[in-house]
Amino acid sequence: MANVPGDLLYTAEHEYIRDRGDGIVEVGITDYAQGELGDVVYLELPKVGTSFARHDVFGTIEAVKAVSELFAPLAGEVTEVNTRLDGEPAIVNSDPFGEGWMIRLKVKDPDELATLLKPDAYSAQIG
Amino acid sequence: MSQRTPLHDVHVALGAKMVPFAGFEMPVQYPAGITAEHKSVRENVGLFDVSHMGEFMIRGPQAIDFANYVTTNDVAALAVGQAQYSTILNQGGTIVDDCLVYRFPDHLMMVVNASNKDKDLAHISAYMGRFDCSIEDVSDRIALLALQGPRAQEVMARFTDVNLDDIAYYHFQVATVAGVPGVILSRTGYTGEDGFELYFDASRAVEMWNALMSEGSVTPAGLGARDTLRLEMGMALYGNDIDDGTTPYEAGLGWLVKLKKGDFVGKEALERQKAAGIPRKLIGFTMPDRAFPRHGYPVSYNGAASGEVRSGTMSPTLGIAIGTAYLPLAAAKEGTEFEVEIRGKRLPAVVQKMPFYKNASHR
Repeated sequence: MANVPGDLLYTAEHEYIRDRGDGIVEVGITDYAQGELGDVVYLELPKVGTSFARHDVFGTIEAVKAVSELFAPLAGEVTEVNTRLDGEPAIVNSDPFGEGWMIRLKVKDPDELATLLKPDAYSAQIG
Repeated sequence: MSQRTPLHDVHVALGAKMVPFAGFEMPVQYPAGITAEHKSVRENVGLFDVSHMGEFMIRGPQAIDFANYVTTNDVAALAVGQAQYSTILNQGGTIVDDCLVYRFPDHLMMVVNASNKDKDLAHISAYMGRFDCSIEDVSDRIALLALQGPRAQEVMARFTDVNLDDIAYYHFQVATVAGVPGVILSRTGYTGEDGFELYFDASRAVEMWNALMSEGSVTPAGLGARDTLRLEMGMALYGNDIDDGTTPYEAGLGWLVKLKKGDFVGKEALERQKAAGIPRKLIGFTMPDRAFPRHGYPVSYNGAASGEVRSGTMSPTLGIAIGTAYLPLAAAKEGTEFEVEIRGKRLPAVVQKMPFYKNASHR
């Protein structure tokens, strides 16, 4: 069974959002998503300072089996990108919720956080 | 309703990800993942269940004449105990399927792609009337395992009394393996590594799998690794590199066509194409930038569209993007530059001679 940590928020597109409480959230893909994708070969991630509207494509993830787009779970501006994934993309598979985070976003509208999926709702989705 | 191989429950118990493929539920990967499985086969030894493949037995006084008429390679040139790679064409000279033909003392076995099996059987049966022979589809009764990797012989030697050095590449013997009698033990494969393919009674499949796996260092490998392994070797995949819109000459499979052997289905069309000139050729390419070419991505040469990527991956062994595409004949030589369009961006690609991976252990 895929791991769904209780302290994170989720999207139906299998991203997780870690609310750090300081207006910045950390975004990555879930354990379920990495399992479905299989071995990640590389990622295309945005530059620091890029702004996204909610649901905008912020990057792509190339796995051996398929390519997937990454969607901004919230509107915001990229404050940090996990550059370690450039050389070590497999971390997304081995530690999706930890070292495998992808971007940090400065949230534009904190009210949007309340519309994200809670862990039990996401668990129900991946059944 | 998709079919299952006799090893379905074994794969599920191993944690395989099962996907629909050619009407079967097949393991695309095990928990180790495609990259690790690929590496195991290149460096050690892996075991594939490819029982979905189709097998036809062709019997009768004119079995060889018939097989020669419906395939392009020369079946009459096969010695007993030898196998050959070949193609089945339609009258237009394009490829209905690629196949293996095995010669036994009194019959032939034809091995075809699962996705084409019914089509192949209908196609070749239509030409049977003029030959004194019979054809039987035995696919459901035969399990097929492929043990592949530089250590394949060392592992196989523990399960059979056959002197494996006596079985050369593309040759076979009928032997007892792991206590299972009547196994067709064939030194063939789809990975470029040394190895064996074992055709045997489907009811013994679990027993055979467990015996080979009991050796300890054998890695179960799925269709995902099978695809990356074969592409590194430039081996064609039906539905990607070859299909009923391509001729063997275009696909670089002219070596499978023996025009001098006598008449065969598609011969006239091939002779016409040869006389008129081959318009395009399947080439291998690499990409200098970080990119992941995939089947179906648009290809352009000199600004003009030139079909699409036929096969593509990030080579697990070489760490670079590799793929195949059809280019106009004049462009189909090493070093030619063209472009692959990936999500709206045109990225450079360079024609490279296949195989991409040159240190494989097959012999």
